[in-house]
Amino acid sequence: MVGSSAQRVPAQRGDNQLVVEGVSKRFGGVVAVQDVALEVPKGGIVSIIGPNGAGKTSLLNMISGFYKPDTGRVVLEGVDITQRKPSDIAALGIARTFQNIALFSGLTVLDNLMLGRHVRMKSGVLASVIYWGMAQKEDIAHREAVEEIIDFLKLQDLRKQQTAALAYGLRKRVELGRALALEPKVLLLDEPMGGMNQDEKEDMARYILDVNQERGVTVVLIEHDMGVVMDISDHVVVLDRGRRIAAGTPEEVQRDPAVIEAYLGTSKKGARP
Amino acid sequence: MSEDLEFAFALVLSGASIGLMYSLIALGFVLVYKATDAINFAQGEFVMLAGMVVVVVLGAQAPLIAAVVAVLLVMIGFGFGLEKVVLRPLLGRPVVAVIMATIGIAALLRGWGPLVLGIEPRALPLPIGDEPIAIGPATLPPIQVLGAVVALGFFLAFNWFFKKSRMGVAMRAVADNQQVAQAMGINVERYFALAWAMAGVVSALGGIVWGSMLGVDVQLALVGLKVFPVVILGGLDSIGGALVGGLIVGIVESLAAGYLDPFVGGGTKDFAPYVLMILVLMIRPYGIFGRRQIERV
Repeated sequence: MVGSSAQRVPAQRGDNQLVVEGVSKRFGGVVAVQDVALEVPKGGIVSIIGPNGAGKTSLLNMISGFYKPDTGRVVLEGVDITQRKPSDIAALGIARTFQNIALFSGLTVLDNLMLGRHVRMKSGVLASVIYWGMAQKEDIAHREAVEEIIDFLKLQDLRKQQTAALAYGLRKRVELGRALALEPKVLLLDEPMGGMNQDEKEDMARYILDVNQERGVTVVLIEHDMGVVMDISDHVVVLDRGRRIAAGTPEEVQRDPAVIEAYLGTSKKGARP
Repeated sequence: MSEDLEFAFALVLSGASIGLMYSLIALGFVLVYKATDAINFAQGEFVMLAGMVVVVVLGAQAPLIAAVVAVLLVMIGFGFGLEKVVLRPLLGRPVVAVIMATIGIAALLRGWGPLVLGIEPRALPLPIGDEPIAIGPATLPPIQVLGAVVALGFFLAFNWFFKKSRMGVAMRAVADNQQVAQAMGINVERYFALAWAMAGVVSALGGIVWGSMLGVDVQLALVGLKVFPVVILGGLDSIGGALVGGLIVGIVESLAAGYLDPFVGGGTKDFAPYVLMILVLMIRPYGIFGRRQIERV
């Protein structure tokens, strides 16, 4: 770096769309995340893996603004979003799904998806009362965007269904749709395939790839199914007990002794079967 | 129709109209609880404050319409302000903190009222006359008809709002899961403020009709006590429940007054709804329409 300026220029980050710089988070005496970095290239699929309690969801919560990191920062396209509110971060283009399906259970599939459009709705509280016609027109445009997602995810028959009544795999898909309705730049998926059977997992993997390739959405996902992770990720980051222990392409990570140790316990040299 | 039946009809009709007026006030409570999980113990005082604003504006020789506009503005501002100043700092604190804050607000308003208005009850005249309105074989005082109509109007409006309007659906989302609503980019605090402002609007109208019926003084706040049997019967977070709960409480009161008072010398009207409330708590603790997973405090 030249000069005394401490200011970093976003362009120097190269193509990274989302950058997490050395974030830490403790809850009381427990360190959930310790000095973890994450670089997410634009248009990439980055997977975060690690054993239970590794801090994966905590990391996601810091990116989406639900937790404020004790140290470090989160930068989206050169803008520091560390201290922003979750609703602002969503509006800036980071959408997410939750580990335990978090659909609005009293609402229909369509209403859930329309709520995803909320951040894109321009008419405010007062304006929507005063300029009734304008808000109506806007609603139609939003409805079209949602219909497109409904087609994409093949949810046509479920529009008016209450989400609580849907099968598990379908609810996961609706939740993906709701996140897509935000038209995010970056999509954070917390175990999108958790609890799914093999067919549902394959469907979901295909949707994630389509979202990434056809819609150009950058994807960060937490997933336990190694087969899926290795198949669809460009880049894998491994966390263990709050620390980042490895990162690289799926092949590199799979061979990394630290990763093998984290997953299988202390590896004993020469103890191979 | 036999005389007995006519008597019963008159009791039910009168009870239903009073019940709808209870529902109107309970609606303010439910809106706040539904959206923000806050239990508002000052709902009756909101109504009293609204009544006092109307009396003050009318006392200045202003026309009724000006008083209505004024009370709406004051109560909306009061709702917004209360949320911003008192309740927002308590976000994330235990429910009891919010309850104590609303009890404090209630005490403050009850003390402030007589300071401004004096302790004498003030009349709140509405240009609707005293001539009872005949409905079938019975009659109702015009204020009860007006109160019932206003309450029903609000229920239709809120029903539309929560089912069809974008903001209403967003508010339901906030009520359902605040964290997820935030992840959808919904500014949760704004909807909290909106819920309190809506409670203010409901209280403004409640203050006009109840103030006109009972007169305006500190005692007006006591109608807030009726909110509890109403919402416990109907369910703390159910708009439809507030309507049905109000009707039940009103009708039970009226029937108790008509059939039990002659034998015991009066007063059953005041406790009958609470007896019913205790029975309902034993059978359906979450109310008739309430969500089963309601957390008890």
